Amino acid sequence: MASNLPFVRYDNVQKSYDGESLVVKNLNLDIEKGEFVTMLGPSGSGKTTCLMMLAGFETATHGDILLDGKPINNIPPHRRGIGMVFQNYALFPHMTVNENLAFPLKVRKMDKAETEAKVKRALEMVQMEAFGDRKPAQLSGGQQQRIALARALVFEPELVLMDEPLGALDKQLREHMQYEIKHIHESLGVTVVYVTHDQSEALTMSNRIAVFNDGVVQQLADPVTLYERPENAFVAQFIGENNTLVGKVSSTKAGKVEVDLGKHGKVQAVKVVDVPKDGQTTLSIRPERVAFEEKAPKGKMSLPAKVLELIYLGDHIRCRMSVAGNDEFIAKIPNSNKTISLAPGKNGFVSWNIDDCRALDYS
Amino acid sequence: MTFKKSMTLASAAVLSLAVASAASAESLTVVSWGGAYTKSQVEAYHKPWTKKTGASVVSEDYNGGIAEIKAQVEAGNVTWDVVDVELSDAVRACDEGLAEEIDPAILPAAPDGTPAMSDFIEGSVTDCAIPSIVWSTIYAYDSSVMSNGPKTISDFFDTAKFPGKRGMRKSPKANLEMALAADGVAPGDIYDVLSTDAGVDRAFAKLDTIKDDVIWWEAGAQPPQLLADGEVVMTTAYNGRIFNAVASEDKPFEIVWDAQVYDLDLFIIPKGTKNKQLALDFIAFSTDTQRLADQASYISYGPARKSSAPLVGSFHSKPSLAMGPQMPTAPNNFKTAIQNDFEWWADNQDEMNERFNAWLAN
Amino acid sequence: MSDTRILAADGTPLKKKLAQSMFRTKLRAFGLVCPLLALIISAFVLPILFMLTAAVYDDSYSSLMPESTAAMQEWDGESPITEAMAAAMVSDLIRARENKDIGKVANRVNREYSGATSLFKSTSRSAKKFEPPYLEALRDKDKDWNDLELWQAIKIASDTYTLGYIANAVDMRAKATGGFEPQDELRQIHITLFIRTIEISFIVTVACLLLGYPVAYLMANLPLRTSNLLLILVLMPFWTSLLVRTTAWIAMLQGQGVMNDLFVAFGVASDEDRFSLIYNKTGTLIAMTHIMLPFMIMPLYSVMKTISPAYVRAAKSMGATNWTAFWKVYFPQSVPGIGAGSLLVFILAIGYYITPALVGGQDGQMISNIIDFHMRKSLNWNLAAALGLVLLVFVLFFFWIYDRVVGIDNMKLG
Repeated sequence: MASNLPFVRYDNVQKSYDGESLVVKNLNLDIEKGEFVTMLGPSGSGKTTCLMMLAGFETATHGDILLDGKPINNIPPHRRGIGMVFQNYALFPHMTVNENLAFPLKVRKMDKAETEAKVKRALEMVQMEAFGDRKPAQLSGGQQQRIALARALVFEPELVLMDEPLGALDKQLREHMQYEIKHIHESLGVTVVYVTHDQSEALTMSNRIAVFNDGVVQQLADPVTLYERPENAFVAQFIGENNTLVGKVSSTKAGKVEVDLGKHGKVQAVKVVDVPKDGQTTLSIRPERVAFEEKAPKGKMSLPAKVLELIYLGDHIRCRMSVAGNDEFIAKIPNSNKTISLAPGKNGFVSWNIDDCRALDYS
Repeated sequence: MTFKKSMTLASAAVLSLAVASAASAESLTVVSWGGAYTKSQVEAYHKPWTKKTGASVVSEDYNGGIAEIKAQVEAGNVTWDVVDVELSDAVRACDEGLAEEIDPAILPAAPDGTPAMSDFIEGSVTDCAIPSIVWSTIYAYDSSVMSNGPKTISDFFDTAKFPGKRGMRKSPKANLEMALAADGVAPGDIYDVLSTDAGVDRAFAKLDTIKDDVIWWEAGAQPPQLLADGEVVMTTAYNGRIFNAVASEDKPFEIVWDAQVYDLDLFIIPKGTKNKQLALDFIAFSTDTQRLADQASYISYGPARKSSAPLVGSFHSKPSLAMGPQMPTAPNNFKTAIQNDFEWWADNQDEMNERFNAWLAN
Repeated sequence: MSDTRILAADGTPLKKKLAQSMFRTKLRAFGLVCPLLALIISAFVLPILFMLTAAVYDDSYSSLMPESTAAMQEWDGESPITEAMAAAMVSDLIRARENKDIGKVANRVNREYSGATSLFKSTSRSAKKFEPPYLEALRDKDKDWNDLELWQAIKIASDTYTLGYIANAVDMRAKATGGFEPQDELRQIHITLFIRTIEISFIVTVACLLLGYPVAYLMANLPLRTSNLLLILVLMPFWTSLLVRTTAWIAMLQGQGVMNDLFVAFGVASDEDRFSLIYNKTGTLIAMTHIMLPFMIMPLYSVMKTISPAYVRAAKSMGATNWTAFWKVYFPQSVPGIGAGSLLVFILAIGYYITPALVGGQDGQMISNIIDFHMRKSLNWNLAAALGLVLLVFVLFFFWIYDRVVGIDNMKLG
């Protein structure tokens, strides 16, 4: 086997449905064995198409997809040996849970005893041993989800694809299932490619996340990097909450830029992308890194601010204010004695560490 | 006078006007077999009668049988006033109480004074029905396909000499008679033979010999079409239909008159019609000597009155075509004719129909 | 337990309160369906019930010939004819003649005994002049009155409530001494036709399924615009009169028709030996399959439309080949459509009439054609009703089988 190649490789893959526009533009993506990679993006960003090309239900218009070093463009889906969990589970309604799980084993002509043993083990894995004789319609959404998961894993594929598998569940169940899938992934060591539009789901589960927008991977990184160091304005905006300020670059030195916010003054920020002098840039600051004080503190960046609205959330207070002309500037202020004095209309200063403010592209 | 009262009066006046106008424009529904036959009746009977009485005639088509009459009479909603039926159906309708009795005294005498009862073909005027025409089941072939065509009824049953499909009416009537005639029974003995079990077996055995070569027809318009389409080389048919195809559409069809089975068509009045007097007048008018002779110039069915025969002229659109020799009753055509015995059929039709249907299905 | 009833706020029992509040809603719902209900009952249920009673009820003899009917009830059907029976017969014949009912009576007996029509009519004409002993008088008038079978036929005809017609419908006939015997072999036809009807309906159903399934599949899986176009093409035959379609098949299939011309042109058949595609069972099968096809496609399509493509994808992702994915996963889910379509086509086909009448020839006739014959030609409405009753029993039987095999709630019509 070509061990120096990654387990899955998208090599310059393009996809078009109508011959006029590209849904996937020049995708290059490597996935290592055992990884949990999430394709994250808004709907229409091309993430599901990428997954379907890997599964074999769509063909790439251009480029190669390599699985274990071999191009799979001409291998039909049923010979790719890839497990798959579908958005609405796609459990066969006319079969019992046991029959559903035995299906991939039967088509592989596995003998009866072994099939039964594997089905049993797979049901144990998702804690559904007692439901083997039920029809899918007799199960709740969460239970169906577990069965779909077990079915995708029962024939021990090395790669499992999941297409928004938790989209139909309510919030609480969804969070619970996230952990469960994560644990199964860790204990089995299979490679998982996961598609979702829910960024918190992606952050919770993934080793790495590929953020898709407009048919292009905007950033591929682990969750911490993605959140802490977004590389462009889209990623910063899409992952977590984000405050933006727009200004012009006035000077650059030692990985830092000075940004001119016009009449509101100048601030320093971490340089992420190359922006020429006087070029437009977007400053990105996470709300939880912002402090509000009556006086401008020293050693930190600060700008005058006026409180517009307060939302009490128990552990913190969400404070909307007007900063440098942006009326939607949010600060999450931890609930402490000090915060009692906050009130709409109050003037003061917002402040943050230089490292927490990133100068990104202007879009 | 209050407004309400004046309105009532006004509407009553309108109503009475409407009733009066309906009464003056009387109309009679006359039901017949459609096609060229109905057309001949419209020309010879309906139009002159309307001219005479001012009452209009609504002409409707049907496919024979008395099921519709039975349904109307039993439902108490009779909308047909005069119906043209076959003899056996006329007798049956009378038996079952579905037809009004008609007093033969209303029938006009012949021009020479012969009373109507002796002018009509003997025994043809029955309690409820007045005959109009003599028609005949014959067989015909396409002379452009067979130059040396069949001549006798035996030829019809001879598939070795004349290979090809035959058309026959899907009914035992006329078929059993023709089968026996083809098997050598003399026209006068047909019903005597048929009255024995062996005779019926003999007729069916003869039919068996051509069963696989038969296409069965039901409506009178079908056989000329089957001949014209080349689906059959010869077919039994009503003689008027074949004549019409020859005279009006110049089809090269040739009629074989040997063992023709002739029958009558009669007018009956369904029991309970609201226009009985009008219907009686129509029937008396239509079956007089001149009207019957007139009809014969439109279709080759023979008039049921003897006195009409000398008045029969030529085909209405072809003066060169004399109608006399086209009639079933013309001496040349009539030599081996078999008269349909309605009494025998009344006694035996249930059994024969069942046996024929079973024979057909197996 | 009545003291544990739950009471509403004003003290009336909750159940009663609920019933009161629901009454208006129910009344309005009933009002909405009322016109249709009335129409169905008056135009469908009642006529069918009346028709079906004709299968077992026939008073055409007993109501017109009361004395002889009474005499016949006492007779055992075997022992010699008595003078009392003859006297009752003569008395009835005279009355029937006066009332002009003799034709009806004669035709009724003629169904059981050929020749009774003329016998009854001629006898009744001279019955007034008969003198006792009447048995002698009858026998002098016509020797047929000697025939025990005639009297047996009269006894059978005099039964007001009779299973005779239903027996006829299954090729049996009633015996005057009670019980039934097989119909004369040369007159047996109904069982053959029932079997052929079921056979033709079955073949048509299977043919519709084989032809319709791929079309429905295509329609369910094509983009909406294309599938709508296909749908219109499928429904097109519905916009043409049945008679026109059947006649078109005659033009297509007859000896000198389009199909045979093509066969000859391509050398499949020789000009002298063309295929018999019509006026036989083949013609019935072809024309009926075409006419029934939309009734198969529509339920199939409506079921297939709801089968998500994800199922087949899931099956393939688990290693199933195209065929296995179809056969094990797609096909079972389309079974409700197959069931509904097949039942619909089968039940429609079993009562089909115009098409076999026009293109069926002699071996393509179905039971409904015989029913039509007895309705319109022989006027034996009792037998027609009995045949209809047997057909109805067949249909209910197949319905029951279907319910046992597929389950009636498993059916989707659209």
